[in-house]
Amino acid sequence: MGKQTLSFTLNGEPIQIEVEPHLTLLQVLRDKLEFTGTKEGCGMGECGACTVLLNGKTVNSCIFPALEVEGKSVTTIEGLTDGQGNLHSIQKAFIEYGAIQCGFCTPGMVLSAKALLDENTKPTEEEIRHGIAGNLCRCTGYLQIIQAIKEASEQ
Amino acid sequence: MKKFDYLKPHTLDEALSLLNQYGNRAQLIAGGTDVIVMIKQKKLFPDVLISLQGIPGLGQIDYNGMLRIGPMVTHRAIEKSELIRKEFSALTDSADVLGSVQIRNVATIGGNIVTAAPSADTAAPLLALGAQVKLKSMQTERTIPIEQFFTGPGETVLEKGQILTEILIPKPLPNTGSAYWKLQRRGALDLPILGVAVLLSLDKATVTCSDLLCTASPISTVLHSLEGDEVFCKEVRIALGVAAPTPMRATKAENLLRGKKISDELLKEVAETAAKEAQPRDSLRGEAWYRRDMIEVLVKRMAMRCIERILRPEETIFPVRLW
Ligand SMILES: Cc1cc2nc3c(=O)[nH]c(=O)nc-3n(C[C@H](O)[C@H](O)[C@H](O)COP(=O)(O)OP(=O)(O)OC[C@H]3O[C@@H](n4cnc5c(N)ncnc54)[C@H](O)[C@@H]3O)c2cc1C
Ligand code: FES
Ligand code: FES
Repeated sequence: MGKQTLSFTLNGEPIQIEVEPHLTLLQVLRDKLEFTGTKEGCGMGECGACTVLLNGKTVNSCIFPALEVEGKSVTTIEGLTDGQGNLHSIQKAFIEYGAIQCGFCTPGMVLSAKALLDENTKPTEEEIRHGIAGNLCRCTGYLQIIQAIKEASEQ
Repeated sequence: MKKFDYLKPHTLDEALSLLNQYGNRAQLIAGGTDVIVMIKQKKLFPDVLISLQGIPGLGQIDYNGMLRIGPMVTHRAIEKSELIRKEFSALTDSADVLGSVQIRNVATIGGNIVTAAPSADTAAPLLALGAQVKLKSMQTERTIPIEQFFTGPGETVLEKGQILTEILIPKPLPNTGSAYWKLQRRGALDLPILGVAVLLSLDKATVTCSDLLCTASPISTVLHSLEGDEVFCKEVRIALGVAAPTPMRATKAENLLRGKKISDELLKEVAETAAKEAQPRDSLRGEAWYRRDMIEVLVKRMAMRCIERILRPEETIFPVRLW
């Protein structure tokens, strides 16, 4: 069970790293690469705190084998700013609408919102709820989050 | 988490030969949403995972006389397929409510069937749609009706060394509708307390309503009109999930309806019969009597939804009215 070389694109940058084959994508991101924006909640695919984008689609990185991102493109919350430190419009809307309290769910929630809006620029409230159903938030009660996503979609 | 090796074969033959080589030490992995969770929960202890992700051709949906779904097709791809939504709606109904977007983006239909959880959401729709599954080993290949695939909770006829390579669904007869209902406590990310799928084919799809296209009439009024117009049931399949140790067909109920004139009274009787032949049990998620009562409600409701879909195909997936 020797280490294997894994090559992929992380937030637009090529990465090459030696990993043990049993690691999850979340372990590689947080523990090896120190991209700690991605959070671990349940570790079982239920809560969405570990959500990242894989070729633009959301996946739960806590149950995703790291070696399956070979040759693919991963976007974490760190990759959402424009490079000059300016927040993404979804992040701005989250701040404006008070859609963040403790913030633990926020990275995953924002990425789910991004994947949703990339696919459907004008989602209905129902579609927003359906789109973020895999992201649990214990603080906000979701209403502000839904408003923020709606606001971001109107820009 | 337990350490394991991770192998990524590029062809089906290579995967089969690795399976053979490693035997009980190996576990296939598709999307991994069951396998990785089970390893984390210490229910599985493989030394080697053999990934099916790198094998071309297992992730396609083809329709050419028959619907062929590769085992690596994700629930998200099924949810998004217009063809499946139109012609095989029961499967869309299940894909749409399975897990979350994140889960559906990676979890596959093949993995769902092979895990064979009593709560597997695609099982009842596939039974109702008359699906068959193709199983391949190094030496043999056979295709069996999906009814014969499940043998118990978490148990199937799949042997070590076999890979499920295709799901085949026959083209439905004209004037066919199908529907699946997942009874769950939460609005999302929950396993079903009960799953009910019905496929219904009518001999004609013309019906006299007070309004021209029956679009403004409630479904119960439409049902009454069908009775007046002598519309017959040509084919019916009723499948239940979490209603017995394996996903099951309610064949007695089907036999009552097949070839008969559609009526409110008959649908009621069919639903009662389905509830009687089910063998639900008390479990953490629900009591047997409740499951039985709800089978009766939902079999009738899904039969009516089939009729609605046959008569008003434009209103397929998200009907606004509750009934
Ligand atoms: C948070 C969460 C929510 C979920 N919600 C639901 C739900 O609502 N409804 C539901 O039904 N399920 C649900 N599941 C269970 C799971 O997502 C599904 O069963 C899924 O379809 C499994 O597919 P997979 O590709 O991830 O399978 P894997 O985990 O990769 O594999 C599952 C099993 O199938 C075997 N296998 C896979 N492909 C093949 C093949 N082609 N041939 C032979 N063997 C094969 C594997 O060896 C393994 O034993 C949920 C899981 C999680 C983590
Ligand atoms: S930490 Fe991955 S889904 Fe909860
Ligand atoms: S803000 Fe605390 S969990 Fe969502």
